[in-house]
Amino acid sequence: MSILCQRCQESKATVHITDTVPEKRERHLCEDCAAKEGVIVKQKYHTTNEILQQFIKHKAEASGSDDLACPQCGLTFREFQLHGQLGCPHDYVAFAKQLSPLIERAHEGATHHVGKVPATADVTVRRQTGLLRLRKELQEAVESEDYEVAAKVRDEIQNLESK
Amino acid sequence: MILDDLRKTTGEWLRGDGPMSDVVVSSRIRLARNLAEHPFLTTASESERTEIYRRLAAEATSTPTGADALLVDLDEIDSVDRAMLVERHLISRQHAAGEGSRGVTVSPDETQALMINEEDHLRIQALRSGMQLEALWTDVSAVDDALAKNLAFAFDRQLGYLTACPTNVGTGIRVSVMLHLPALRLTKDIERVARAARDMRLAVRGLHGEGTEAIGDLYQVSNQTTLGKTEEAIIKTFSDSIIPKIVEYERTARESLAKKDAARLDDKIWRAYGLLRHARKISSSETQALLSPIRLGIHMQRFDKFDLSLLNELFLNTQPAHLQKFSGKQLDEKERRIVRADYIRNKLA
Repeated sequence: MSILCQRCQESKATVHITDTVPEKRERHLCEDCAAKEGVIVKQKYHTTNEILQQFIKHKAEASGSDDLACPQCGLTFREFQLHGQLGCPHDYVAFAKQLSPLIERAHEGATHHVGKVPATADVTVRRQTGLLRLRKELQEAVESEDYEVAAKVRDEIQNLESK
Repeated sequence: MILDDLRKTTGEWLRGDGPMSDVVVSSRIRLARNLAEHPFLTTASESERTEIYRRLAAEATSTPTGADALLVDLDEIDSVDRAMLVERHLISRQHAAGEGSRGVTVSPDETQALMINEEDHLRIQALRSGMQLEALWTDVSAVDDALAKNLAFAFDRQLGYLTACPTNVGTGIRVSVMLHLPALRLTKDIERVARAARDMRLAVRGLHGEGTEAIGDLYQVSNQTTLGKTEEAIIKTFSDSIIPKIVEYERTARESLAKKDAARLDDKIWRAYGLLRHARKISSSETQALLSPIRLGIHMQRFDKFDLSLLNELFLNTQPAHLQKFSGKQLDEKERRIVRADYIRNKLA
């Protein structure tokens, strides 16, 4: 059951307030009236994230990449559109085509990092993809109770981690 | 060091000194980093999240600057303590409200705080009083280097440091400067300044919330672009152009207020003092709003009843969590108003 706004008596009341001062009373208002009464502040500025999310959504719909998923973490592009957060470093590769216009737009057209590079960059890049892949393999092996494979993968992970 | 020790001081960023401290309250730099061999937190399992936390907590407390740091497991402290860390600008609201294994390491002087498992695995932050971006960059970069000796951060040759949100990719740097702009607010030039900053792709926010309606006339200016420029170039935009310009505008506006209508300015300052001195019930936002003209008065040498260090003490300790820690018990909003007014009156007596 929906309640009508007490102020305009037209729209559906979506803001419910209990005043305690000067006396206890309940009020039910629609969003517009609540904003007029100064109870809520209607957001004037969209955050960068909101704008970007709309942009990503638009792009994705155009390219039909809704069911695209990252082979390493399993996150789908659709899930990224909903939350604006990626699932693993490999998503930048898996969704490269979809992400690049978004990244360019968010960073004033920039496409390449020119700042600080970790001293161990080369090793890092190799380890990164290697370990992510191995961890997933390990998980799958454990889930399918293939302990021989799991032990082998575990050794590979340890070997790579100690490098 | 334990968590309660933090309350004994106001922390470095509220010392009230440093370059341009008449307008720049504090400056902050944050670097976002993720461990290469783990997924981001959105897809990490609970056990993986805990593993990331343990790993980073151990590493963060074993760097040269981290050895004396206090490690706070946010999952183990109550919401008042978490809110206290937010009020001290050591963690974000999002981090306080989060769930699961997460924490922060805080250096004894509170100039460094490393958030673990916030949006990214690691957020290295440094903050100081006044305009000190170059020193902050030296701080965070040194911590980053020290950690990178034992940790492999997610990094791509083309895109740089990889972050959970593509808006932080590249350098992962967020530079932000907190400005006190009461005169520009009074002359209503604040909107123009905000627009100019936005044209330079900088975000301008009130300290408490979005938009330009800032409580206490405190504004935060920060960069939005993190890719395609070096960290030094991003910092330079702040130190060489945007911040000195805003500071100059604010100083000019202050001078013109004093010249045009000194009585109005003084009335605003001293009226605020009168209210704080005698109020019996006061909210946090009213307190912040009243402390603003007094802060202005101190910097313009038009107010001499107390100094900046007491002002900053009031600024910090009248916020909800600090107030509750001081009185040693949980208080609802109604009770807090009374306790807050008592606290201020005592301090000003």
